Amino acid sequence: MRYLCLVCFDGKQINTMPPAEWERLVRESAEYDRELQRLGHYVHAEALQSPDTATTVRMRNGKMSATDGPFAELKEQVAGFILIEAADLNEAMRIGANIPLARIGSVEVRPVMEF
Amino acid sequence: MPENATARIEAIYRAEAPRVLATLIRLLDGFDRAEEALHDAAIAALDQWPRQGIPANPRAWLVSAGRFKAIDRIRRDVRFDAVSAQLVQQLELATLPDDTDTPAIADDQLRLIFTCCHPALSPDAQVALTLREIAGLTTEDIAAAYLVPSATIAQRIVRAKAKIRDAGIPYTVPEPADLPDRIEAVLQVLYLIFNAGYSAGQGDTAIRADLCAEAIRLCRLLVGLVDEPEAFGLLALMLLNDARRPARLDASGDLVPLTEQDRSRWHHAQIAEGAALVQRAIRDRRIGAYSLQAAIAAAHSQSPNSAATNWAQIVLYYDLLLRLEPSDIIALNRAVAVGMRDGPQAGLALADAILASGDLDDYHLAHATRADFLARLNRPDEAAAAYRLALELTRQAPERRFLQKRLDALSRR
Repeated sequence: MRYLCLVCFDGKQINTMPPAEWERLVRESAEYDRELQRLGHYVHAEALQSPDTATTVRMRNGKMSATDGPFAELKEQVAGFILIEAADLNEAMRIGANIPLARIGSVEVRPVMEF
Repeated sequence: MPENATARIEAIYRAEAPRVLATLIRLLDGFDRAEEALHDAAIAALDQWPRQGIPANPRAWLVSAGRFKAIDRIRRDVRFDAVSAQLVQQLELATLPDDTDTPAIADDQLRLIFTCCHPALSPDAQVALTLREIAGLTTEDIAAAYLVPSATIAQRIVRAKAKIRDAGIPYTVPEPADLPDRIEAVLQVLYLIFNAGYSAGQGDTAIRADLCAEAIRLCRLLVGLVDEPEAFGLLALMLLNDARRPARLDASGDLVPLTEQDRSRWHHAQIAEGAALVQRAIRDRRIGAYSLQAAIAAAHSQSPNSAATNWAQIVLYYDLLLRLEPSDIIALNRAVAVGMRDGPQAGLALADAILASGDLDDYHLAHATRADFLARLNRPDEAAAAYRLALELTRQAPERRFLQKRLDALSRR
């Protein structure tokens, strides 16, 4: 099955943690992607720019409206995602929990709808 | 067919259904198909057993019948495709456990326990699903035990099954690396089930006794298959508590305190079994909270009366328990044990110190404990005031009757 691991964390944490620690997390994240590729779990992964670069759009009665910022004002915002291939939820949870950013934020593990 | 034959078939079916279902869920890789297959197998049994006699091995018969019925259903399905064909082939080749193959049947149940107690399900759903799918209780029985509407339980079970299917929660025993955490979750569910059956409350007494028996049975299954000291500890704790059941309530259904129970009515064989498990659990260096609580229960249960109880040992176990799980309630229980070991003055000093922290101000048993110490210290006015405070803080009728009795006894002295 495929699962989307939505990686969320509070962006303010980057400003408060020592730069060396943040660099280590970034490096480990890249290594983890390669590890998943090697093990055949990797489908696709991206990191996103900060939530203040987001624009939320809606279509109502054929008319578009746009607002600055992400959909919900939450402390932890989506920061990136990894789409994985896993045998079952146990394996997907293990892969999600080992994403380096899960140590400072959280990872939502969601099965992909198969048609 | 004579009526008692039907009753016998139904009784066999009820006893075997949970085990048959666990195996069918593995074979058919899903609750829905397995439940359909079990239902079909039950109909076949009611049709064939009265004419051909009850088979020597009803469980194997039901699994086998369920499998054939499932193959039929999949073949007849209009959506029959390559995936279905593969499943049919898998089913035809599957080896079925027979009665001599007890470990395989137990394995199927164990897999299902881990599925039902999966951390991706809410705790309420874990309990409901375990009782429905593994213990074989009806939705109505579960609702009666937990005092919630049947529809609520039914909805929890439906949602949980949908999540198991859609999110890909597997029917497997977890990997060794995940096992300790996952066992902890299972033990928690079993203890919740046990306590729902054991704690004073409303609800059908027979169903509540069933809950305790089922929690003990499932814990035995777990103990047989994983080497986890806390599983032994929980089994011991449940056996020891359950052994005191016959003496726990008086004729009017009120709780009798441990120190005043008629110990000749306890199940002494069950106490011996629990105490032996405690010995085994406390030898392990990874001693945990269930094992310590069981050790305390064993110290109580093996003593002929309250005075002869080894209170020093009980205080020691509470010390260890407090170190694992610091809590005011455990500290209060420890104060009671200290009060028995060193006298009421020492107990009162501890209870006062715990109450001074303020967190247990609204906890009626904290004031009742204080009142007991004051009564033993021959300070009846202060004791009466503390009992009255405790009475103000609880609405539960059995608790109120108990406290009122204490208060009345004070004025008669």
